[in-house]
Amino acid sequence: MGTSYSEIMSRKKEILFKSTGIDYDKFEISPIAFDYEGLMNSSGYSLEEVRKILQETGVGQTPLTELKNLTDLVRSISPSGKGGRIFVKDEAANPSGSFKDRRAALSIYHAKKLGYKGVVAASSGNYGAAVASQAAKRGLKAIILQETYDSRKIGQPEILEKTRACEAYGAEVWQLTVGPELFYIMLQVLEESGYFSASLYVPTSILGIETLGYELAHQSLEQEGRFPDVVLATHAGGGNVTGTARGLIKAGSEKTTVVGVSVDLKGLHMASDTDFNRKSFTTGHSGFGIPFLTWPDRTDVPRNCARGLRYLDRYVLVSQGEVFYTTELLARLEGMERGPAGNTSLAGALAVAKEMDRDQILVVQETEYTAAGKLPSSQLTFARENGIQVTRGNPRENIPGKSIIIPQSVDQIEIEDFPMDKIRMSYIANGIKAAKGYPLTEEDERFLAEDSRSPLDRVHEAAERLRLKE
Amino acid sequence: MPDAERNNLVQIHMTILEPHERADNLPPSTAGTPYECWIKGFLIDKAANLGETVTIKTWIGREFSGALYKVNPIYDHNFGTPQKELLPIGDEARHQLEQR
Repeated sequence: MGTSYSEIMSRKKEILFKSTGIDYDKFEISPIAFDYEGLMNSSGYSLEEVRKILQETGVGQTPLTELKNLTDLVRSISPSGKGGRIFVKDEAANPSGSFKDRRAALSIYHAKKLGYKGVVAASSGNYGAAVASQAAKRGLKAIILQETYDSRKIGQPEILEKTRACEAYGAEVWQLTVGPELFYIMLQVLEESGYFSASLYVPTSILGIETLGYELAHQSLEQEGRFPDVVLATHAGGGNVTGTARGLIKAGSEKTTVVGVSVDLKGLHMASDTDFNRKSFTTGHSGFGIPFLTWPDRTDVPRNCARGLRYLDRYVLVSQGEVFYTTELLARLEGMERGPAGNTSLAGALAVAKEMDRDQILVVQETEYTAAGKLPSSQLTFARENGIQVTRGNPRENIPGKSIIIPQSVDQIEIEDFPMDKIRMSYIANGIKAAKGYPLTEEDERFLAEDSRSPLDRVHEAAERLRLKE
Repeated sequence: MPDAERNNLVQIHMTILEPHERADNLPPSTAGTPYECWIKGFLIDKAANLGETVTIKTWIGREFSGALYKVNPIYDHNFGTPQKELLPIGDEARHQLEQR
């Protein structure tokens, strides 16, 4: 069998079926609609079973800790009576140092149960390390594919740290240059190895994250006597938001507002060799966050189980400088040195808490470990080396890819609400366009409404408008 | 002395796709570059010098051939230099808390 780009891509469907054990066709209803809950339930694990499986490899049951000094700091600049209580779910306590262990744990267990000898994942971030770590615990082999370098062979320090971590857990790591051909390599490696595709977007990945939302809801109830009012989750591909929100619902915490937070990197192209090293954040940014919300089925599996639009109440952006500032505050006021992933939503929390009543609870649902390559000092050194200007001032004036502005005080931390309506309309239009002229049925319209949490008549109007344009 | 001997941990380089073999719709800055890869493993050849084609066995036992790129490759990402924009943040915040 040929292994050229086009030959491998033409065998995509067959390779994905063999490597996930999932017949995605079974869940397709039309070129637009599919049975989402059917797909989610296809692996057959209940939440209770998932929790037990995670416990076997030391994943989960992380502390929910109140950040009293940060709350006090926010209250010092809030209107009277305002300043919600900020809590953090300390996911750095997981075996490989992030919530991604939850995401990997069930998939690796499932792969072993199905008889695969190894697993493959494409990730330049914590997920790769989590897969390598869980594979080590379960005695499976791991291959991690990382987009690491630009064409000068310069890599972001944070990604180089992930290479080191994956290799420390005994994984085979492919360090690749920038480009969407990562998917081609993944298919090729899956085909030749016969390993399981531990994609971030398979049902078992999202089921693993449900434990996070479930745990934090119960901890909040047990420790503080109420469910959280707001949960903030750093948003990239959508899995974190989706799994957490589903877990909250399963715990009965249905009224909790779910806020997705991304770092604003508008204007930087994700597949650009020259933009690649002009950003300090390798994930959790708008370059992934917005495309994945407006079209989730752009991943390494036929249908993405991470569908953020179904669950997000609000989507907000923060700047790079605000995250660095927040990271310093967390270390100096709370004695917790943690990495940028969770600190993105923590920066969002510092702004959201100002609007909330003092008895209300905000939960930042993750932290991650930090290390060489991940610290603000490391990332800002790298930014300067790549021509980015670093100053203190008003973070609103930052230009992604050109400047990073560290706030002068906590009251300069603000969020930019990304209009949810715009995202919903864009998703509906993308769904209709992807079906290429296929005439929408009522069932398709219902699916698009549910998948984007939009009223049915709005979907109908949008469909009519697009039809007229054609 | 050769640069590397059997069982040394080494890193090899492979060009996976030449610029003309790459995916469509790449941004111009990416389209003109080859798609490249580096993998680490243990040298199978008896001895080799940098740039020579060698075979390695990775941590999980799979074998690959490519150009010998580095021997005993270092992890040289670090903690960075102290940043004057970050250094005062802790004390400023502490001071603000004490003012309350």
